[in-house]
Amino acid sequence: MRRRPYFLIFVLILGYAFFYVPIASMIFYSFNKSRLATVWGGFSTEWYGKLLTNQQVLDAAWLSLRIAFLSATIATILGTMAGMALARFSRFRGRVLFSGLVSAPLVMPEVITGISLVLFFIGLEFLIGWPNGRGFTTITLAHITFSLSYVTVVVQSRLASMDRSVEEAAMDLGSKPLRVLFDVTLPIISPAIIAGWLLAFTLSLDDVVITAFTNGPGTTTLPLYIFSKVRLGVTPDMNALATIIVLLVGTGVALAGFLMYRAEKKRERDVQMAIAANK
Amino acid sequence: MAALAPAPTSAQGEESHLPKAHTFRAWLDREAWRQAIIAIPYLWLLFFFIAPFLIVLAISIGTAQVGIPPVIWKDSFPFGTFDNYAFLTQDDIYWQGYLNSLKVAVIATFFALLIGYPMALGIARASGTWRNVLLLLVILPFWTSFLLRVYAWIGLLGNNSWFNKGLTWILATFFPFWVEGDHIQMMNTNFAVVLGIVYSYLPFMILPLYATLEKLDRTLDEAAMDLGSRPWQVFKDITLPLSVPGIVAGAMLVFIPATGEYVIPSLMGRGDSPMIGRVLADEFFQNRDWPVASSVAVALLAILVIPIMIYNFFQARDARAGAK
Repeated sequence: MRRRPYFLIFVLILGYAFFYVPIASMIFYSFNKSRLATVWGGFSTEWYGKLLTNQQVLDAAWLSLRIAFLSATIATILGTMAGMALARFSRFRGRVLFSGLVSAPLVMPEVITGISLVLFFIGLEFLIGWPNGRGFTTITLAHITFSLSYVTVVVQSRLASMDRSVEEAAMDLGSKPLRVLFDVTLPIISPAIIAGWLLAFTLSLDDVVITAFTNGPGTTTLPLYIFSKVRLGVTPDMNALATIIVLLVGTGVALAGFLMYRAEKKRERDVQMAIAANK
Repeated sequence: MAALAPAPTSAQGEESHLPKAHTFRAWLDREAWRQAIIAIPYLWLLFFFIAPFLIVLAISIGTAQVGIPPVIWKDSFPFGTFDNYAFLTQDDIYWQGYLNSLKVAVIATFFALLIGYPMALGIARASGTWRNVLLLLVILPFWTSFLLRVYAWIGLLGNNSWFNKGLTWILATFFPFWVEGDHIQMMNTNFAVVLGIVYSYLPFMILPLYATLEKLDRTLDEAAMDLGSRPWQVFKDITLPLSVPGIVAGAMLVFIPATGEYVIPSLMGRGDSPMIGRVLADEFFQNRDWPVASSVAVALLAILVIPIMIYNFFQARDARAGAK
């Protein structure tokens, strides 16, 4: 006999309301006809239409997507390498420093990362003439640096829980280490790599502080544009823009999560069946 | 940062069991890729994380000047000066900024724990499918834009919003002596900043708490119940003490970024008592005083080193426990 934990259920309901009511309200008001963001004036989708003709928003979104794509891809490659180094090589020179370096950006306040990167870029330009001014390149480099830590954590934990006997079997059958890496290890940890890429992509797409420090004139990313608008107050077109982004990212992440979950389940089933067949 | 890292699990490494490579071809096959996997991200982080920080340290002991670059060092030993750090202790705005930040971060961490703990416990106690759905619902806001979630609250807190009006009506009905006027001023107050931080960082509190609570052995609860403990006593004597690592991890994950927070206080806070993140940004962007901005950053990191070390200590202990 167990009592229903009414208190916990009550807190959960309140907690999820706390999470989702503001977002729901924002989506609701994005269909508001009124120019005043908080007074209901009837249903309308005109703000979405206005958004599509707003060249500033489109440019900013395109710039952000390019930066996010590039930085997530490079961060995923570097982060996967770092995750492997940490999970697989338990002894190499400077390992302690390395694991500290990987976890430091996770907890470092963004203002500190931002100011150190911008002063570094300025200093570098002063010394060797590169990067030439700040903009696309410096923002991308900064985003790679902070998001690679997140990829590392995701990949490292997947590698730690992975069954190594498959790799050893491939080695015993004569595969060279590099072949084992590409034929066995990478396919098995691919869900973690995809998750890491998605995480790096959304982090880059969302970053304000580090981007504000490392950007230059003429490179306004979408978060910077939104930040400057929001400082002036809530407007219906911002509601519409926010709704589009939240729904796109939300469905994208939920879908990716579902697909990975299904692939994982299928793989587990295949393994089970293979074991059963060999009995 | 080296000292903050978890200790290596063993002194004995797993060097390749293959014989040492003698030819270039063999080296390429066996060792080159391994060295590349370590070296490439390592060099990246040394270059883009350590080097920038060393530059901040160097600039923080320089002297500001009008010109390019806007910082200059002395020609002779010791090259730098601690004047910038001394300046931080003299002007009110800096230590007020640090105090404001710490105050807001402590309050926000407390409320995040207050809300996050029962939620994490509720999720951990839920059955299979429910648990997955509830977890996904915690993770989803974490993936969607941080900036836009803050924006969503700005919409709710504004003086003319349905939320503000509803809250005013409820309070005016039950506590008429509290409410004056037709709205409650919530935007641009410290309340809004704390609320924004709790809202934004709540997943960081819930997820480590959940990870700890989910692993707890429920038979202990049953044993205590059988021995006559009330549910509240079971919680106080068993669940709570065993979940301390999760509490520490969650609290640090909220406290550390909250202290340096810039976006939320800029959008929701009062202009007259800025948090230190705002002070730093203003010093850099508006006053263009690199040495002072750098020393603010170094001092902020010095304050945060203790919580970061606590966090790393518990993480390393957790990792060792997991390895056993």
